[in-house]
Amino acid sequence: MKILVCISNVPDTTSKITFTDNNTAFNAAGVQYIINPYDEIALSKAVELAEGGKGTVTVIHVGEASSEPTIRKALAIGADEAVRVDAVPRDAWFVANQIAQYVKSQQFDMILTGRESIDYNGSKVQGYLAELLRLPSVSIAKKITVEGDTAVIEREIEGGKEVVSATLPVVVGTAEGVAEPKIPNMRGIMAARTKPLTVIQPVEVDSLSRISAYETPTPRGAVKLIDKDDISQLVALLHTEAKVI
Amino acid sequence: MSVLVYIENIDGHFKKSGLETLSYAKAVADQTGQPVAALSIGNVDRDTLETIGTYGIPKVIRVDKEQLKQFVNQAYATVIADVAKHVGAQTVVLSNSFSGKALAPRVAAKLHAALADGASSLPAIEGDVWQIRKTVFSSKAIAVEELTARTKVIALMPNTVEPSEAPTAVQIEDYEPNIEDTDFSTIVKDIVRATDKVALPDAEIVVSAGRGLKGPENWKIVEELAEVLGAATACSKPVSDAGWRPHAEHVGQTGLAISPKLYIAIGISGAIQHLAGVSSSKTIVVINKDPEAPFFKVADYGIVGDAFEIVPKLTEALKAYKNH
Ligand SMILES: Cc1cc2nc3c(=O)[nH]c(=O)nc-3n(C[C@H](O)[C@H](O)[C@H](O)COP(=O)(O)OP(=O)(O)OC[C@H]3O[C@@H](n4cnc5c(N)ncnc54)[C@H](O)[C@@H]3O)c2cc1C
Ligand SMILES: Nc1ncnc2c1ncn2[C@@H]1O[C@H](COP(=O)(O)O)[C@@H](O)[C@H]1O
Repeated sequence: MKILVCISNVPDTTSKITFTDNNTAFNAAGVQYIINPYDEIALSKAVELAEGGKGTVTVIHVGEASSEPTIRKALAIGADEAVRVDAVPRDAWFVANQIAQYVKSQQFDMILTGRESIDYNGSKVQGYLAELLRLPSVSIAKKITVEGDTAVIEREIEGGKEVVSATLPVVVGTAEGVAEPKIPNMRGIMAARTKPLTVIQPVEVDSLSRISAYETPTPRGAVKLIDKDDISQLVALLHTEAKVI
Repeated sequence: MSVLVYIENIDGHFKKSGLETLSYAKAVADQTGQPVAALSIGNVDRDTLETIGTYGIPKVIRVDKEQLKQFVNQAYATVIADVAKHVGAQTVVLSNSFSGKALAPRVAAKLHAALADGASSLPAIEGDVWQIRKTVFSSKAIAVEELTARTKVIALMPNTVEPSEAPTAVQIEDYEPNIEDTDFSTIVKDIVRATDKVALPDAEIVVSAGRGLKGPENWKIVEELAEVLGAATACSKPVSDAGWRPHAEHVGQTGLAISPKLYIAIGISGAIQHLAGVSSSKTIVVINKDPEAPFFKVADYGIVGDAFEIVPKLTEALKAYKNH
């Protein structure tokens, strides 16, 4: 089984988020980048599925050379090879088109993405990719098992779960629970240095939208503390002031 | 040109987030002076379809086929794009629900449209260029997304607009969509839904608890509070990791992001990864015994004290309020 995992490079969860150029660009200065946590889960699952010679795992990343540490980490976790599309990942439509272009030149049985990237929180790449490749897809997967040429996937739905079966190849967006994130060991880190990393050139993609500005959310006023012996005051405030009950 | 709104149903019923998309689509249609129609897929009875008129939408396209009884995103996207062409829609509105997230990019790709995912504002319109806001960086910032393509798909974040009534009569049109067998390569095997509880993603009120509750056996007080409020229950990550609560209840950076009207956090410290999933809630109430807990910095109301003492009292006070 050949598995492709799409990896994005995102600011560490504790990063302070600021903007430059009159609030039109993200300020990357001093920001620590990590593998998108959901992609790490996807990759860990892929490695698990491929274990024991059952398959191979390729990771693909659309981004500049500066994200190579993230790609090496993915190789250290257990991917067999990596592909980097050498371009600024302008937006999800651009990224999905680059990945689709690469996939068309290959044969993959399963393509994994994260449920969303934690920077732009789009959940777009996966759906675009599936549509561009005319493949079935399952989003927000909580569990994946593969039996022959069929994948059985549990996906999250409002207030519950749905079990879906799909004939391979399939695109799956993974969420928490699919696998435990694998921590790279020393052997993995050493091996990662010599695993193949191919750099390919982007294709041209038209632009359908862009982010024109960023804003910071209006801060909440100071917290109103309520005496624990006067709880009915909270109920009154929720009714008359916050108007939420 | 027109606006098309796809309204999701669960077992033939519309959810509140669906009604929100109706009002949103109606507002966009009014803004642009275009007609608006709704699309319903699956088995929804006539009375229910007619409620769509309550929100000012005079026309419903009904696609009800055995094949579409269960949700298959590929097939549903084909139907939505097909109907958009059928009614000449250049704007498609749907909900940013779990299913909506799977549909929106597919529909946008089919129509070669710009996609505003997780939209949290009405568009600011200048000719063909529309600006719509969404939260990014796990609610730490807001981005103004500029949709430049002529065709637009908008996935509306639940709980960001209130459904508003503007009653009108409804005309129902049955439509036979162009779908292909290849659109059905996934099969739904089973659906498990806890029907007796309010679903977390679109709950208006959420009662959430963390490690401060000490163990799963203590969740009764949380559930009782949720019950009197008609709220959904949620939890912090360590709580679901420890198996005290199901993973589906975990909110935050790696869990669900929610934006209810009221979020009550009990015994949760307020770590940045937790806040990422809840900070766009309209009103936040924090109950924590540590006055230094970071959660108080982003709360509207706070009570410093022991949850085991305060939560039952709050439940009682709410019962008294509901009964008067
Ligand atoms: C990459 C990454 C992703 C993460 N994603 C998430 C996520 O999605 N969601 C998430 O929640 N966390 C996430 N975390 C974990 C997060 O950093 C915190 O560790 C977690 O939110 C803490 O959970 P807690 O507040 O329940 O527990 P604690 O931090 O242990 O806090 C318990 C709180 O309860 C209070 N308390 C104790 N006893 C009582 C009592 N009797 N009455 C009242 N209050 C009491 C304490 O004062 C304390 O503030 C993530 C971490 C990382 C590194
Ligand atoms: N630059 C990128 N390169 C490769 N994959 C990406 C990139 N950006 C996003 N993805 C994939 O798409 C998923 C969803 O991203 P998004 O649509 O931006 O929320 C991520 O979890 C990744 O798997």
